[in-house]
Amino acid sequence: MGSIKDKTAIMGVGCTKFGELWEKDAEDLIVEAAYEAMEDAGVTPDDIEATWVGNLYDFTGLSGSVAAEPLKLFGKPTTRVENFCASGMDAFRNACFAVASGVYDVVLACGVEKLLDVGGSGLPVDMGHPVMRGASAPAMFALLATRCFHEYGWTKEDLAHVAVKNHKNGALHPKAHFRRPITLEAAVNAPMIAWPLGRFDSCGMSDGAAALVITRPEIAKKSKHKDDYAVTKANALAMNSFLPMYRASFDWLGFPATQAAAKLAYEEAGIKSPADEIDLAEVHDCFTITEILNCQDLQFCERGEGAKFIREGHADVDGTIAVNPSGGLKCFGHPIGATGCRMLCEVTKQLQGRAEGAQVKNARLGLGHNLGGPGSVSSVTILGLPE
Amino acid sequence: MAKIASFGAYIPLFRLSRQEMANAWGVPAVPGERAVANADEDSLTMAVAAGSDCLAGIDPSTIDGLYFATTTAPYDEKQCAGVIAAALDMRTDINTADFTGSLRAATTALRAAADAVDSGSAGSILVVAADCRLGEPESMWEQLLGDGAGAVLISKQGPATLRGFTSTAGEQVGVWRRSEDRYIRSFEAKAENRYGYVKSAVQVGKAVLDKESVAPGDLAKGVISAGDPRSQGTVAGNLGLDGGKLQDCLFLSVGNPGVPLVLMMLAGALEQAKAGDKLLVINNGDGADGFLVELTEDFTPAAGRKGLIGHLLQKRMLPNYTAYASFRKLMKRDEVVPRGSAVTYWRDTNIVLNFHGGRCTKCGAVLYPIPRVCEECATKDQIEEIKLAKTGSVYTFTLDHLEAGKYVSVPVPRLVLDLEGGGRVFLSMTDGDPQEVEIGMSAEIVFRCLHEASSFHNYYWKCRPVPEAAS
Repeated sequence: MGSIKDKTAIMGVGCTKFGELWEKDAEDLIVEAAYEAMEDAGVTPDDIEATWVGNLYDFTGLSGSVAAEPLKLFGKPTTRVENFCASGMDAFRNACFAVASGVYDVVLACGVEKLLDVGGSGLPVDMGHPVMRGASAPAMFALLATRCFHEYGWTKEDLAHVAVKNHKNGALHPKAHFRRPITLEAAVNAPMIAWPLGRFDSCGMSDGAAALVITRPEIAKKSKHKDDYAVTKANALAMNSFLPMYRASFDWLGFPATQAAAKLAYEEAGIKSPADEIDLAEVHDCFTITEILNCQDLQFCERGEGAKFIREGHADVDGTIAVNPSGGLKCFGHPIGATGCRMLCEVTKQLQGRAEGAQVKNARLGLGHNLGGPGSVSSVTILGLPE
Repeated sequence: MAKIASFGAYIPLFRLSRQEMANAWGVPAVPGERAVANADEDSLTMAVAAGSDCLAGIDPSTIDGLYFATTTAPYDEKQCAGVIAAALDMRTDINTADFTGSLRAATTALRAAADAVDSGSAGSILVVAADCRLGEPESMWEQLLGDGAGAVLISKQGPATLRGFTSTAGEQVGVWRRSEDRYIRSFEAKAENRYGYVKSAVQVGKAVLDKESVAPGDLAKGVISAGDPRSQGTVAGNLGLDGGKLQDCLFLSVGNPGVPLVLMMLAGALEQAKAGDKLLVINNGDGADGFLVELTEDFTPAAGRKGLIGHLLQKRMLPNYTAYASFRKLMKRDEVVPRGSAVTYWRDTNIVLNFHGGRCTKCGAVLYPIPRVCEECATKDQIEEIKLAKTGSVYTFTLDHLEAGKYVSVPVPRLVLDLEGGGRVFLSMTDGDPQEVEIGMSAEIVFRCLHEASSFHNYYWKCRPVPEAAS
């Protein structure tokens, strides 16, 4: 199997403010994010040779027009990528392969979601079968929390530590959805959504868009960010069962999709000891329990140690690995199709030392992680600085 | 001669004190309590429950027919018996029929089943009856009615012989519901009792005893269906039957369930009957049916059969009338109807209704739903179809406040269950208190109506904590 390592570079990034953007539609958001990324890269729409756009809701049938129409990218290819909550990062992955192959020199990866237009109380759930269907997203992830409480003795307070940390980080980021620190007590006592997950265990229902201009390093060397462009070290994606709740071998103590994607990514990047080598990670904390399990599945700590890892501050901005210095999905927001791209924008800016929120000191290697469906797909992307 | 091979009953878990109903409207209370079907129950699901009770320990594939009797079929056009037979995992080369229109429908179906067995056209037929009738809010009927189901397996072999079938077709407008009516209507009760119920019941009762040369004193029990003990007593008095030998008509405990009453009472009588006992059965509704049941041997208790007594003992009280009104959907609410597909539902009959799973013949994994490629060993098309158990234990769970995109204050438990004998399923919990759910809890799988997507009843399975019998 080949490798993407050091073959593609990020020329520029753009991201809208995330939140309940009632007055903006998907056109506004994608135009803002894409033009910001192109300006950051020093390119124009004419320079974009092909586009990949991540988008999940609602099931409009808009296809490639999700990006091509608002950006008027006519006469060239645009592909809509739908892969649950990893849609945005998968758009990036496909865009990388296109430039790495040499077919294109400069491409756009972006993602957008207008969740508030679909409805404000949780993601629409429709598994396509009349009677054998999943439950709400909080309910599906709560199934893990319940089992982990039983196996590891974790409590609501362990979950609350994740929320407190991410709100502390998100409060510093001007583009985050929620910008208010919270107390442990408030997190523990919040109204219940799907026991044991309460309101502060769940990420926000947010609108937003993010975009990245991607090229090859030899072109990036001559671009606006010639001294501080980021390069792709790994770009992995792994699928697992869409129906874990029917699968007797699924232990509900972690996500095999994340474990598989992490293994692939670390091999691709040549990372032996993730906790020592990686400086920051934007991981998929759709729910607090997910971030704890991500830390284990991504090998930041041992299995069963995730809650302790976070409680002891190892995931803080100045900890062993800064986990979600942006505030994460929990606080920054989670417009599905945009999230993966937003994470990679954040990681890029952290590596460049121009984070808009809390800056991780001397960040050299950063990781982005998506999980979706709820455990059907995971995407792990590792970005670094050129050698 | 046709025999009774088995019997069963079903009473919804929930009961409501009639005093609560009276308080809600400021009207006089009838003594006792009534059974109330849960919001996800109807006549069809209750019939499945009673049929399943009746078939405890019996292989459903040995039965040649299913007759369903009700006045409250969930479909006006579409047979319910076929759905019930599928949910009971019976064969498809069987005779299925719905008997409806009259409160006498259960014994009409029973007699048809006995005739079929006697004629040799069927070896055995399962007769199930259920009703979920509505009395008009504020009316006495609302307090008097109750929900329930009964079942009886008619076969060439069995401990109890059926004989002396007698019917009368006395036309009287007693209780009725026009096609466009939601609530039952009735003739003046006193006159109906005197000229309708009592007259026809006594007439057939006497005819059965005469035909079979049985004196009232020879009877062990009178299984006389009646809306209240007083009318039942009048019939018994006219027949010369000792009031102490009357089978309880469930007035104080269930309410009048309509069509299934006679089968529920019969189940109650058979539970206690001994070899040699003779039971006189009289059922009423637009005339009357009567017959004699004689036990040639004792019924051996079937493991897993709750019968009437078992169901009477397991109950939970509803707190108030609002709960009843909510269960019976008396208040119109905006419903979110999910996307449905009659085609998918039909194609997946074996997994949706028969509740079959698969077993990989290569690696032995038990799989649900049935995949083409084994999810454990990735072998293609080596999966044999198997029956899954209807009991399991909780592996993990959540209490979900989001139901069909709406926030609900009482959460719906969603349970990941490990089935006895293998297989894992994900079902919503019903009939239970969310706060009692815990990992390892035993649950039983019950047939319920999930929703009305694509404008048909999307029946499927839910689970509930195994109810404990009240002492």
